Amino acid sequence: MNLLALQEITKVFGGLIAVNDLSFAVEAGSIVGLIGPNGAGKTTVFNCITGNYTPERGRIFFDGEPITGLKPHRVVELGIARTFQSIRLFGRLSVLENTLAGRHCRMKAGLFACMLHTPGQRREEKAAVARCMEELRFVGLADRCNEAAGGLSYGNQRLLEIARALASDPRLLILDEPAGGMNDQETADLVEIIRAIRQRGITVLLIEHDMRLVMQICEKLVVLEHGALIAEGAPEAMRRHPAVIEAYLGAEDEKW
Amino acid sequence: MKRMPLYLALGALLCVLPLVCNAYWLDVCVMIGLYALLALSLNVILGQAGIFHMGHAAFFAVGAYVTAILNTLCQWPIFCTMPLAGAAAALFALLVARPIIHLRGDYLLIVTIGIVEIVRIALINDIFGLTGGSNGIFGISRPRLFGFRIVKSAHFYYLVWGMVGASLLLFYGLWRSRFGRALNCIKEDDIAAEGCGVNVTRYKLLAFVLGAFWAGMAGTVYAAKMTTIAPESFNFMESVIIFAVVILSGGSQLGVLVSAFLFIGLPEVLREFSNARMLIFGLAMMIMMIWRPQGLLPPGPRHYAGPSDGLPPAAPRAGNQATEAGRSA
Repeated sequence: MNLLALQEITKVFGGLIAVNDLSFAVEAGSIVGLIGPNGAGKTTVFNCITGNYTPERGRIFFDGEPITGLKPHRVVELGIARTFQSIRLFGRLSVLENTLAGRHCRMKAGLFACMLHTPGQRREEKAAVARCMEELRFVGLADRCNEAAGGLSYGNQRLLEIARALASDPRLLILDEPAGGMNDQETADLVEIIRAIRQRGITVLLIEHDMRLVMQICEKLVVLEHGALIAEGAPEAMRRHPAVIEAYLGAEDEKW
Repeated sequence: MKRMPLYLALGALLCVLPLVCNAYWLDVCVMIGLYALLALSLNVILGQAGIFHMGHAAFFAVGAYVTAILNTLCQWPIFCTMPLAGAAAALFALLVARPIIHLRGDYLLIVTIGIVEIVRIALINDIFGLTGGSNGIFGISRPRLFGFRIVKSAHFYYLVWGMVGASLLLFYGLWRSRFGRALNCIKEDDIAAEGCGVNVTRYKLLAFVLGAFWAGMAGTVYAAKMTTIAPESFNFMESVIIFAVVILSGGSQLGVLVSAFLFIGLPEVLREFSNARMLIFGLAMMIMMIWRPQGLLPPGPRHYAGPSDGLPPAAPRAGNQATEAGRSA
């Protein structure tokens, strides 16, 4: 069953066609990689799914429901959480508070309950803190929960973004270059974490330039060039696909 | 919580102040309390959510005029007009903020300055024939609380500072909740806030509405204290002063109180220097901003029961624990 389906998505910036008539689907419970050379429009596709951009044409379905043009916070409420390519944490808030921000959309306390700290609000707050600590333990940042997020190392900041996304109870997790700026050890840890996320029943869609990581964990690859789909299928098949090889020619640093 | 002793000391000092102050200084303290009330409400918008709003005097004016009109024309008791004054200011805030809420930083700032001017000029032009033009409205009656008539400065002093105390508690609750965190997230990075599920537009508007409601209630007290109000009491300078009190405070509530004392009290203290007084005041502000650009007292970290118990306090640790976590999950 498809959890996410894009149908003929087109996104234009001025005269530039960033995404051109793109269709692909993400099966529930799978790990799918979206790859392509720099400037292929991968992040634009992500921004269309998460509601940051509205595509000019085409439709996006999540679990059968159309989500095209919804505001980002509505998309998160429906169960799609994301991380950002350029890390976007709340630097002066603590690690725990960053994770609690992800939990926000699952909490219900209104203005008056928040002002008066009603028993219901206290209970909800306590449960949210416990849940967020679990997510921090999951990515290995629990013992740093009181530190300012801005003080974490690059790799840990990426992990915190994942914890923040997980705190919103997503069914689909969208990771934009999760291994960017990580060293080999951190990347190996990340692979374990992404696998553990899938074991929790969460579908993962990721953009990544680290081809070793992509080949290790993705069951399906979607390859973009100039905003258009050039191939999709199993990683092994993609490695030998002539169009993919051609698109990547000259990009020697991206080892297969 | 670390600041609790400071709050208690300040509270005790404020309680005994009317016993030692003369009438003049008591009036100054009433004004300080009023500005503290306004600045606390602006702190929700400016300090917590980081929305550059320099038009708070407009909401203050709406509240004061609603009270004055209802009291002089319909003979409503002052305290009965208070919720309505707040609600009118909040509704006004909702209407004017809705179309401009997506503006950022300095763009929004300029529009909010426009709002103060529009309100002031509308009041001067005797809008709806209710506001009395540039003369304003006079003959506003004194408030009555459970049969007790509030007339003297000391009475107003306790009323205003009582409201400040209640506001401190309520806004502290707000700060320590998902609402306060959502506002802080918006201040830090509104795209990231929206991206992790915070309805940014809604929370920005709620901050405006709440801040305006409080400013409206402060307007009620002001109208009752002065018994006469005029458009010139709600000019752009008032907005700037409230704005500056919040900026100087650094964003914490204790900071707002201290900053209100400095801003409103210091020019009075410096009166003996006559002509040089605003010069000295301005210099003090400049030194302040160079010495502490982050403001007097930035908010401390929130404390969460549970997670930090039994954990070492924020100490950087080498190595990465992700592998274990990944495997054990």
